[in-house]
Formats: sequence, structure tokens, C-alpha cells
Amino acid sequence: MLAQQFVNAISLGGVYALFALGFTLVFGVLNVVNLAHGAVFMLGAYAALQAALSFHASLPVALLVAIGCSAGVGWLLDKLIFAPLRSRQAPHLAPMVATIGVAIVLTSLVEGFFGPENLRFPSEILPAATVNLAGVRVTWLELQIVSLAFLLMAVLFWGLKRTRDGRALRGLAESPKAAALMGVNVEALFRSTSAIASLLGGAAGVLIALYTNAVFPHMGQPMLHKGIAVVILGGMGDIRGALLGGFFLGFAEVFSVAYIGSTMRDAVAFGLLFIALLLRPEGLFGRAAQRRA
Amino acid sequence: MEWLESTWAIYGTLVLSLGTNVLLALSIYLTLACGMLTVANAAFMGIGAYTAGLLTVTAGMPFLLALFFGSLLPGLIALLIGPPTLRLSGVYLAMATLAFGEVVRILILNAEGITGGALGLNGIPQFAGWFDVALAVGLVLYVLLRLSRSRIGRAMRAISQDELATELMGLNVRAYKLFVFVSGGALAGLAGALNAHFTFFISPNEYGFERAVEILAMGVLGGTGSPWGAVIGGALITLLPELLRGLGHYRPVINGVILIGIILYSPRGIWDLLRTRRRSLRPSPVQ
Repeated sequence: MLAQQFVNAISLGGVYALFALGFTLVFGVLNVVNLAHGAVFMLGAYAALQAALSFHASLPVALLVAIGCSAGVGWLLDKLIFAPLRSRQAPHLAPMVATIGVAIVLTSLVEGFFGPENLRFPSEILPAATVNLAGVRVTWLELQIVSLAFLLMAVLFWGLKRTRDGRALRGLAESPKAAALMGVNVEALFRSTSAIASLLGGAAGVLIALYTNAVFPHMGQPMLHKGIAVVILGGMGDIRGALLGGFFLGFAEVFSVAYIGSTMRDAVAFGLLFIALLLRPEGLFGRAAQRRA
Repeated sequence: MEWLESTWAIYGTLVLSLGTNVLLALSIYLTLACGMLTVANAAFMGIGAYTAGLLTVTAGMPFLLALFFGSLLPGLIALLIGPPTLRLSGVYLAMATLAFGEVVRILILNAEGITGGALGLNGIPQFAGWFDVALAVGLVLYVLLRLSRSRIGRAMRAISQDELATELMGLNVRAYKLFVFVSGGALAGLAGALNAHFTFFISPNEYGFERAVEILAMGVLGGTGSPWGAVIGGALITLLPELLRGLGHYRPVINGVILIGIILYSPRGIWDLLRTRRRSLRPSPVQ
């Protein structure tokens, strides 16, 4: 029982972390609270679903389609909204309100095209086999979800740590001006950050859609709340914090449902969050002088 | 007269929501003008709506008294959570108030014995007429306009420009911040109490994240330079969906696009745009 809950918490936490990483990356680098991240998450799930339903794509292909679509949306988001606002030196709330508009547009477009009802992946493309891991029964699908979440996160961390662009990106998060003086193409990097962040959000959308086997237009809303909670727990703009916060929330949720009951689950989560903020405004894992991204 | 009656039957609720939305926009204007991003207004609205609604439904209290308690209780709660919360600033303040809002919503949802839980509170008497709403909007707007030209209004602008410098000028920044937070909370509560008395029915999910975001959009869209900005923002967010009614299913899409367009075109809000226009038409004094 305990081990089973442990597995559930890890797979849920992995998806939360993936979603929150995208959210925190945009905040850390572009300094924007992206309230459209939940809509991009939903869009990723729909892209994969359409690929599977209309073109009979296999699961990996559907995932690639979703990743491509959501990265494209992220690129457009910066090109059409964040970049013009940056060049006009808009007050910091302006992009956030613009992303509210984006979320409304994306959600209602999807609702108009595909209807408000709950859609499902065709069961024949979902692997049904279960694996026995040291006495715990894990479905093959769950295993794939967890490993994919970890793979994407590993690639992100490796990229930020080791590659030239990753170093430039971390510099950009510290100070855009200094990064520009060092010869970094700041605008291009802003754009690719937005694309990568949306890619992570879209991938998380596919994984949650597979995990719960439910795709609907407003699926991004509760996820956005959770993403915000995770990012605050970990410290805004702190990518290590987002990772740890994601797993923290996954565990808190799974174990409170298992041992306390599901009705007060969210109140407990957000209540803890409220208190955590008052006691440690830099996030649970943040240091006083925190480094971003 | 028959024409008037049928028009009111159709658009009456819209006019009343226009009024309460303007009140909500003014409530977030108070904190935004001080440079504080708090998004607890939806929660305060909910507390006000439930307080006043329960008082008239179960206790049979007179409407005016219920309105008074409906804005008093959110004000008191703001006074209680204010001191620790307002130590935070920027996005952290926004997130803390957002988390507070979620806690309030879920508590209302789960206190089934008192609030009716997810089924909502039904059969609230429709006491609020256009006169009450218009009077409330007029009074609040008058007070806020006077306030913005007073010592307090100047202090608010100073805090939004540079908190540290304001403090060094000898102003009690904390007290001013707490003042706008509490009065914003009470004002949102008043809007909620009024709103509950013409919608007949309230449920906890009306006061969640979407509402909080909507109120914020009103404030930012209108602009935070003057209370008139909030009036414009509140009116626009209320009327836009109605004006686009002919578009049917894709109405929210255009709604969102207009929201994005206004922000791109005038990031400091519509009021700022109108003001700078007017100023540039005047001949400059130097020439």
C-alpha cells in the first residue's frame, strides 16, 4: 500500500515538476508570470490526441507532435506579445494581463473546435501491460510517464549547466543588460526560452492526459494553480526549487488523499503554501540571495 | 413605459453587474495605485456576499445592515491577515493573496452546514435595485476621487514610485499599505454583498481564481493612474462580452484578442492613453 502510494506520488510529482519548470523558466528569464501556461498545457494534450485520433499516430509520434505544437505556441507568444511589450518598456503587470487574454483565446478556440466534452485516447495505443517492481505493480504506461518526465528534466538541466546557450541563459536571468554586453543575442534567447518553457508545459499536458486519460478544454486551470503553488514553494524563478516543489506537491497530494481524505486536500495544500510564504518568502528551498535559473 | 420595462427585464442585471464590477475594479485600484499586486479581492467579495446573504436569508436582517456587515467582515479579515502578508512584495504578495483566496473558496465549499457547500446559497431576496448600486458607486467614486487628491493619495503614488524614499520622507508606509488593503477588502465585500442581492443565488466557485484574474484585468486594463481608469476597466470587461454577443460560439476569442490588443497598444491602461492624448492636443506652454 505504502509503496504503491509512493509510485503514484513520484509519477504525479514528476509531471507537476515538468509543468512548473516551464512556468518558472519564463518567470526567471523573461520576468513574466505566464498565466497562459495552463492553456499551453491543454493545447499539448489536444495536439497529441488529434495526432492519435485523426492520423493514427503512435504514442511517441503523438508526443512529438504535441511538443512541436506547444513549442511553436511559445515562440509565437514571445514574438507577438512579450517582445513588443519589452520594446515598449511596459510595466511588469502588462504581460501578465496579456497572457490572461491568451489563455482565454486558446481555451475558447479549443472548446469551439473540439467541444466542451471529455475526450479520451484510443485504448489500443495505450500500453496495458503491468510490471512487477519489487512487489509493486506498476503499469507500463506509468513507467513510461515517469521516465519521460525525468528524461526531459535531465536534458533541461544538462543543457542549462553544460551548453553555451545554457550558460548564456543563466547569465540572461541574472542581468539582461550584462548578457547583451557579453555579446549574447538576448532577443533570440528570450524567444527560445519561451519556446522551451511551452514545450515543457505541452509535454506535461500529454503526460497528464495519458495518466488520467481525460482531455478537456479547461484542464489547464487546476494545473496552473498547482504550478503556481509548486513554484512558490520552490522559490519563483528557481529551477531546482521547481523540481523539488513538484515532487513535494505530488507527495503531499497523494498522501493526504490516502490518509486524510480528498475534500480538504487543496485547502491543506494552499494553507501550507500561505504559511510557507509568510515564513519563507524566498521559497522553501531558496536562499536569501537566490540565484535564478 | 412598457418599452422601458421590457428593456430593464433584459438588461437590468447587466446594469447592476456593471455597477458591482466597477466597485470591484475600484477595490483593486486602491492597492494597485499603491504599487501592491494583491489578488485577494475575489475572496473578500465572496466573504462579503456570503455574510450579507446569510444575514438576510437566515437571520432576516434588514438589507442596509446586512450590507454593512458584508463589508465589515472582509475588512476585519483584511486587517487580520494584512500585517504579516504585506511584508511581502511583488509577485510573492500576489501569490500569497492568491493562496489565501483559494483557502477561502475551499473553506466556503466545505462548510456545508453554514454555506450550503457546492450547492450554493439559494433564494437570496432581491433587495438591491439600481438606486442602491448607483448610490454605492457614486459615493465610493466620490470618496476615492477626493482621496486621490489628498495627502493619502499623494502618499499612495509616492509609495508606488519608490517605497524606500517614501519611508525616508517620514511617511508610515506600512500604515498606508494596510489602510488601502483593508479598505480595498471592505469595498470588494460591499460589491459582493450588493451582487448577492440581485443574482438570487451564489456559489463558492464564483469567487475563485477566474474571478480574481478578471478583477485584476479590470484594474490593469483601465489603468491605475486615477479611479476613472478603474471605472473604464470595469465597464469594458462587463460590456465587452455583451457587445460581442452576435459572434456566438467564438465570442470569448474576440474578447481575449481585444484584451491583448489593448495591453499591447497601451500597456499602462486606457486612462493613461486618454490622458496623454488630451495633453498632447493642448499647446505646450513653452512655445
